[in-house]
Amino acid sequence: MAAKNLPPVWNKIAKHAMLPETNHDERARYNFLANLNKHLAHVSQGNKVAFEKRVEPDFVKNNGRAIASVDELGEAISKDSHYQIWSSLRRSTMEMRQQAGRSIVLRQAEELRDKAEKLNKGKSTLVLDPNCKVPEYLLAVDNHLMPGSYHTELIEGDVTPAANYDSGIFVTTAGLLGRYNDGGGKAIASWVKKTYADFAPKRILDIGCGMGHNVLPIAKAFPDAEVIAIDTGAPMLRYAHARAVDLGITNVTFMQMDAAMTTFENESFDWIQSTMFFHETGGKSIYKIMNEIHRILKPGGITLHIEQPQYTEDMSLFEKFIRDWDALNNSEPYWSKMHDIDPKELMVSSGFKEEDFMQIGAKAENDLDDGSQKADEPEDHGRSPIWNVFGAIKN
Amino acid sequence: MIDYIKLASSKSKGKRPYFHNDPAVERVLNITMAVAGELAVMRERMDTIERLLEKKGLVSQEEIDNYIPETKEEETQRQAWHSEYISRVLRIVQQEMEELENPDKTIAEIANDINKM
Ligand SMILES: C[S@@+](CC[C@H](N)C(=O)[O-])C[C@H]1O[C@@H](n2cnc3c(N)ncnc32)[C@H](O)[C@@H]1O
Repeated sequence: MAAKNLPPVWNKIAKHAMLPETNHDERARYNFLANLNKHLAHVSQGNKVAFEKRVEPDFVKNNGRAIASVDELGEAISKDSHYQIWSSLRRSTMEMRQQAGRSIVLRQAEELRDKAEKLNKGKSTLVLDPNCKVPEYLLAVDNHLMPGSYHTELIEGDVTPAANYDSGIFVTTAGLLGRYNDGGGKAIASWVKKTYADFAPKRILDIGCGMGHNVLPIAKAFPDAEVIAIDTGAPMLRYAHARAVDLGITNVTFMQMDAAMTTFENESFDWIQSTMFFHETGGKSIYKIMNEIHRILKPGGITLHIEQPQYTEDMSLFEKFIRDWDALNNSEPYWSKMHDIDPKELMVSSGFKEEDFMQIGAKAENDLDDGSQKADEPEDHGRSPIWNVFGAIKN
Repeated sequence: MIDYIKLASSKSKGKRPYFHNDPAVERVLNITMAVAGELAVMRERMDTIERLLEKKGLVSQEEIDNYIPETKEEETQRQAWHSEYISRVLRIVQQEMEELENPDKTIAEIANDINKM
């Protein structure tokens, strides 16, 4: 009998020249953590039971009324022993994942830097700008408990933040994004091709490209397009560019630039894409960035943003609470704040027309899916490969 | 060269949330989970060794799975290992029981005692 729903072993991850070297025990540590993540998604189911069986009834008994807000719910459930053990295990797992990744990449920081330098040397498709400032909101927090975030350089020419991200995302997502962790980019490229069969974009922009895994499938799907990928983190861009070169993708230019103030001309892109980007921005920047998108998008051009699932009116307080757990406890502070923003209003306030707004669901295309990853698995909130995509065609 | 061992375990920005009523519980849990992880790493390494031995035709996994101690001495050695291991791991429980059976003075009290000796 085969066990159900096992995550793929880490060594299934696609190899490329920039992927950090790993030894036996480092891979084993990642295997342990992927399994622990999967296991905790099951433990998480107990939160709902504990909430319904004791947290809520106790609250009603003591207060003579129902729980009225997510904050009140959080306060009440924080005293529940099951919630406590699940929370502490999950937090500890996230910290261990960072530790495991950093212990792999930091010991070879110089080798990785040298590899990137060799691949990047003399290429005009990597444009770093030492004057580009890292946005305040990125300096304020280390998103998903990643010490030093996307920009910190421990050595000159550092690429370790990206190498850590690249090797570890397979662990936190239990491989559900595929061998290249690019299930989101693949899904959006397929959707665009299918939905707009004669769309032939000449210029495509990816904002907040990180280590570039989701922009490459788009560049591959539209090989004649000039693709530009921007990020403020130099380590991400160095790694992204070297990785793309090694994977043989040549139509992407990686540029260090703040999406809130780009140097691009008005109406110069046919498609502007972001993937898992907006929930890591800030309350003012999100509007500035959307304004910028509107400015540089051509009339008739499309903009699409892969994001966390939206909260809906009929979502219970418990559901909202548990989906927001990561915001405070996995250091994704803007994640829950962003839920208060209606993406349609965000886009309309930047000049997009209400009737042009669109919202679709997207599921990662996973080249590792052999049917053993069943749909009946409990959803690991925030980590499942199912997203909300919002956007518009500019008219 | 950077101090990669220390840096690998760096803290991320922001005050760390604690979920248990007593932060000590959380501290011990985190250490325990790290050790659990290292045990899993060790188990995977053993698995590798067993498979390599089998592939090289030295020892089969079946032989390992079916192995039972062959002499009284082997039996004793193995059981003694378990016994000692468990006692080591559960040291604090044993010590708390000893204290329960034999309520002890505090070291400060003993210090006062010794001062008079
Ligand atoms: C969560 S990562 C997403 C990476 C990638 N798009 C993906 O699919 O996973 C967010 C990235 O956005 C970058 N970023 C955040 N704010 C930015 C801004 N204003 N301009 C450019 N990049 C930004 C960060 O440096 C980080 O690499």
